[in-house]
Amino acid sequence: MRSLINTKHSNENINNELASVGQGGVGRSKKHESADKHVSGEALYIDDRPSLRGQLHAAAGQSTIAHGLIKSIDLSAVKAAEGVVAVITVEDVPGHTDIGPVFPGDPVLAIGKVDYIGQPIFAVAATSHDLARRAVKLAKIEYEALPAVLTVKDALAKQSFVRPPFTMKRGDSATAIEQATHQLSGEISVGGQEHFYLEGQVSTAEPTEDGGMTVFSSSQHPSEVQKLVAEVLDIPLNKVIVDTRRMGGGFGGKETQAAPWACLAALLSNVTKRPVKFKLSRSDDMCMTGKRHPFENNYHVGFDSDGQIKGINIEVNGNCGYSPDLSDAIVDRAMFHSDNAYFLDQATVTGNRCKLNTVSHTAYRGFGGPQGMMTIEMVMDDIARHLGKDPLEIRKINLYGKDDRNVTHYHQTVEHNKMAELISSLEQSSDYQARRASISQFNIENTLLKKGIALTPVKFGISFTVQHLNQAGALVHIYTDGTIHLNHGGTEMGQGLYTKVAQIVAEEFQVDVDTVGVSATRTDKVPNTSPTAASSGTDLNGKAAQAAAKTIKARLIEFACEKYNVNQAEVSFKESHVIVGQDKFSFAEFVQQAYMGRVSLSSTGFYKTPKIHFDRATGKGRPFFYYSTGAAVSEVLIDTLTGEYKLLRVDILHDVGHSLNPAIDIGQIEGAFIQGMGWLTTEELVWNEQGRLLSNNPATYKIPAISDTPSDFRVDLVPDDPNREQTIYNSKAVGEPPFMLGISVWSALKDAISSVSDYKLSPDLDTPATPERVLWAVEAMKDNA
Amino acid sequence: MTTSAVRFLLNNDVVTIENIDPNLTVLQYLREERFNSGTKEGCSSGDCGACTVVIAELGKDSQTLNYKSINACISFVGSLHGKQLITVEHLKQGAKLHHVQQSMVDNHGSQCGFCTPGFVMSSFALHKHNNKPNREEVLEALAGNLCRCTGYRSIIDAAIASSEHCEADSFAQHYNQTVQQLNDFKGLPSAKLSNTRHCYFAPKSTAELAEKLLSNPQAILVAGATDLALSVTQNLAIIEDLVYLGDVTELQTLENSAEEFIIGSAVPYSDFTPMLHEEYHELGEMIERIGSRQIRNNGTLGGNIGNASPIGDMPPALIALDAHMTLQRGNEERKIAVEDYFVDYKKTVLKASEFIKNIYIPKSKPDQVLKVYKISKRIDDDISAVLAAFNIELKDNIVTNVRIAFGGMAGIPMRAKQCEAALLNKTFDSESVTAAQQALTQDFQPMSDVRASDKYRMKVAQNLIQKCYLELQSKNIETRVVNYA
Repeated sequence: MRSLINTKHSNENINNELASVGQGGVGRSKKHESADKHVSGEALYIDDRPSLRGQLHAAAGQSTIAHGLIKSIDLSAVKAAEGVVAVITVEDVPGHTDIGPVFPGDPVLAIGKVDYIGQPIFAVAATSHDLARRAVKLAKIEYEALPAVLTVKDALAKQSFVRPPFTMKRGDSATAIEQATHQLSGEISVGGQEHFYLEGQVSTAEPTEDGGMTVFSSSQHPSEVQKLVAEVLDIPLNKVIVDTRRMGGGFGGKETQAAPWACLAALLSNVTKRPVKFKLSRSDDMCMTGKRHPFENNYHVGFDSDGQIKGINIEVNGNCGYSPDLSDAIVDRAMFHSDNAYFLDQATVTGNRCKLNTVSHTAYRGFGGPQGMMTIEMVMDDIARHLGKDPLEIRKINLYGKDDRNVTHYHQTVEHNKMAELISSLEQSSDYQARRASISQFNIENTLLKKGIALTPVKFGISFTVQHLNQAGALVHIYTDGTIHLNHGGTEMGQGLYTKVAQIVAEEFQVDVDTVGVSATRTDKVPNTSPTAASSGTDLNGKAAQAAAKTIKARLIEFACEKYNVNQAEVSFKESHVIVGQDKFSFAEFVQQAYMGRVSLSSTGFYKTPKIHFDRATGKGRPFFYYSTGAAVSEVLIDTLTGEYKLLRVDILHDVGHSLNPAIDIGQIEGAFIQGMGWLTTEELVWNEQGRLLSNNPATYKIPAISDTPSDFRVDLVPDDPNREQTIYNSKAVGEPPFMLGISVWSALKDAISSVSDYKLSPDLDTPATPERVLWAVEAMKDNA
Repeated sequence: MTTSAVRFLLNNDVVTIENIDPNLTVLQYLREERFNSGTKEGCSSGDCGACTVVIAELGKDSQTLNYKSINACISFVGSLHGKQLITVEHLKQGAKLHHVQQSMVDNHGSQCGFCTPGFVMSSFALHKHNNKPNREEVLEALAGNLCRCTGYRSIIDAAIASSEHCEADSFAQHYNQTVQQLNDFKGLPSAKLSNTRHCYFAPKSTAELAEKLLSNPQAILVAGATDLALSVTQNLAIIEDLVYLGDVTELQTLENSAEEFIIGSAVPYSDFTPMLHEEYHELGEMIERIGSRQIRNNGTLGGNIGNASPIGDMPPALIALDAHMTLQRGNEERKIAVEDYFVDYKKTVLKASEFIKNIYIPKSKPDQVLKVYKISKRIDDDISAVLAAFNIELKDNIVTNVRIAFGGMAGIPMRAKQCEAALLNKTFDSESVTAAQQALTQDFQPMSDVRASDKYRMKVAQNLIQKCYLELQSKNIETRVVNYA
């Protein structure tokens, strides 16, 4: 395996790589396949598609109370409203009325009862987007209100769960905690997160001539949209085609949450026999679709005088909203990641799936992992302050070992563990110790502004924990001019999946990547696909596309051997040519020969992840094929009078194995870090006492803006470190893991706050750590100092 | 041209529109009427910048063009009258990307690509006036564009690096022609637009405006539309009768006399800020955090006062400075203190058919210091939880004159009179500061909302008095994270 990258500094590296753009193959910083179309406005998103003849626009009437029975629905004014062509309720659904993705519980339209404010009760098709939105406001709906569960505390007290609790256990944690030299307890409230994909949820449904439906959906999971549309219409799956060319961002928010709007568009299209577009307005999107689960977690830990954990009990309580959706797997992943990078020795991790009367919370980059990691990172800081040590020292002493202390609380052995080296390398390159010293000095000299620094690691398990999802298919055609067409089951949401998979196919044939065309992900091209989620897009679809390419390549080699009477070793693919013995043909020329020789130039490919298994009954197994790792150092400045803060510098060292595309990987790392930082700092979801979301627009919900990016932002890839598992070109998944590097910002804020107590106290800092929460934490330091 | 029409340049084409609902936004017009889908809808509320387009207007000299980025989603279509509208579709020439576009590609500045056309247009507008922007200038120009994918580093690099490949683009090549066309538009009658139900009128003089308002007191005034348009896009309001102030010559004036600044109510922030920044540095710094570049290119001082937000950002500063304003109704004009304009939550002294004409801001005196603090969750483009303005005159460390005003602490922007009393004629020391902090609880009972709790608002307001004190005591210490490099 040749060395693909040796990154020194992100910017230089990418610019140096530019020279090689266009030559194809893996390991190069090839630009995003749609980059030219993005910048020119030519890239088409679903709302940009030309309107079809007779196209209608949908909107949904929403519940205005958090929990209650529907006593009556009067839609006469809605039906009479300007532009309205059709109005449907659940009575008008010919097939399934429940569109729960894994477990039932998500009615496509309310069935006699509402469970959250914003729940769709009826839907309208009208001649324009605004007329549809106006019309739905005219409904008269009477409810009989029922008591609403609106806090995790209340849900726990009432044992209100969407799925049963689950515990993972290794050893006897209670005894270990008791016998340890020191004990500490703590709790933390971890806020949720709105996805805020720039392109909101949108689907267009067009009736087909055979009673079916073609659906254009901004979805990370076209196969599920296909299945649910077929089910609500009560038609076979082979009559529904779902097409997803690209999304304007997904982040998990279009895994299950894209389906309701596709289903409603299809239902309205079915009634009217006209194309129907359902585009959610931003505020509807924010009120009606699920978010990252808020969690309320607590811990009880026992540790020795060095700060090494001897035993720990962790409880994670996910606010799942009103229905199961994906919450079982999400809370599982929070539990799986309650260790982050640390050996917990004796550990008991319990997860509760709390049912509340809010929108059903859903997948979001990290899928519960980030919320799980927050607890153990809090533990690290708390132990450090208790013992008067630098939190980095505590983090290092608790890392998983290489040959011992290397089994997780779910009994998977952590292999190929180089976290200690990674942290050590980052500690050096970021100049951590010298900066720590100068920050201490700064904090002595400044009473008003305080600085903080923190280094936090990430170890993130790669694979869907639901085993059957770890499969993928692809379809590769070669045409007679030598150009290649590629489809696979993964969806493009900006992460560069199409680019990377095209590079993989180009690499297989040693042709210019620009000769590999990719078109929309479609359920009639590659069937029965998994969602593009769990960071798995390239791992799964890259391997499947490679398999398809290898099949065709084998046929071409066989053809060459027969035609030119050579053995296989004499056939090679190089620089857009095929070399056969002493002859050299251009790739196109050779493909034409193969066509004339009646060789099939099209193939599917398939892949399933090896080695993985997990027995939920015993809580034991190997749920993850491998781990992705990284670490970040963040330095912040806080204002002790206002709680305002600024991120001054960030250093990241992240392991992507052999990078398929350094520019795309660095883009993923930077973007994930900033998104993770936003989750923990300014992005505050506020619900009122009636269960209504108040932060339902970008004026009140603040994702990071351009100045929030630190002026000193250094991102490096771990050089020359191939994945020891046989992943595609020994790369590692990159979508989610760097999200959790943002935890370093939160920990740095706590470091700055702790300085107010001369580092004697460990501040409680629930998230998001808004300026308000930072100020109160500072005040608590003053009060207790 | 009929009397009921709006005429402008769409890229290089002269376009006349009539019989269109004036409630239509520029974004809707582009996407639904022109089928130009390059400009994206991200939020329809002016917060994300995905819909950013560029307006070229004639400068005061009638020979130069000012390129301004604006949010198409909250601009009404009538406001295009007499201007050039440039969209992302027009930057690429044939197969060749514009250099700001190419730089985004080369620096891997797009991921999902949905925000990208907006960033390209903001960057384009920036480069039209500043072909070698530094990092700070880039941040200022792009603060109104949200990206959820990249983390911005690559976009910042792209905007800075654009200058390396700067070359005369098609707009530069057509410059003289565009100037000529826009000058030709000046001769057009006042813009009018109506469909059967709703109408739009853009008077060119205060006389025309006053007459229109007398005959139609129900008409809704619109200047930058950065607030009003939200009622249409978010609350689905329909405005029957819209009167646009952007073409009224007398409301576009900017005077800088020995004693005061006189700012026409319809002058956008971007145009009056440099003048104020020079006189009141902290006010200038604060204004650069009001909304975004796109908002400040459209939003006006008159609009900021007129909409009577409890926060407003400018009103507390204006009240602290004892600014005045003229209100006109018919031929009658009256001058009042900005402080007296606000009555109660969203209630003002403005009478039917009356409009805000000019705002008078006194210049600073030798011993006077103006301190302004904007406290918000996010530094860029965020509505304040608390806005504090301290106007203090100190002689030998005695407070000889003081005006303190807050936004976000009550239903209206207002003075903290008890707080002022605790400081006036006292030595400015920790004792009087503590007394002033105490007094603040008599001035305000703030409320809790999505931005902050009542307790935080009070605590921060009190702490800002302390901060103001510390800053005046020792000018050399860094006290603000916002300014920290």
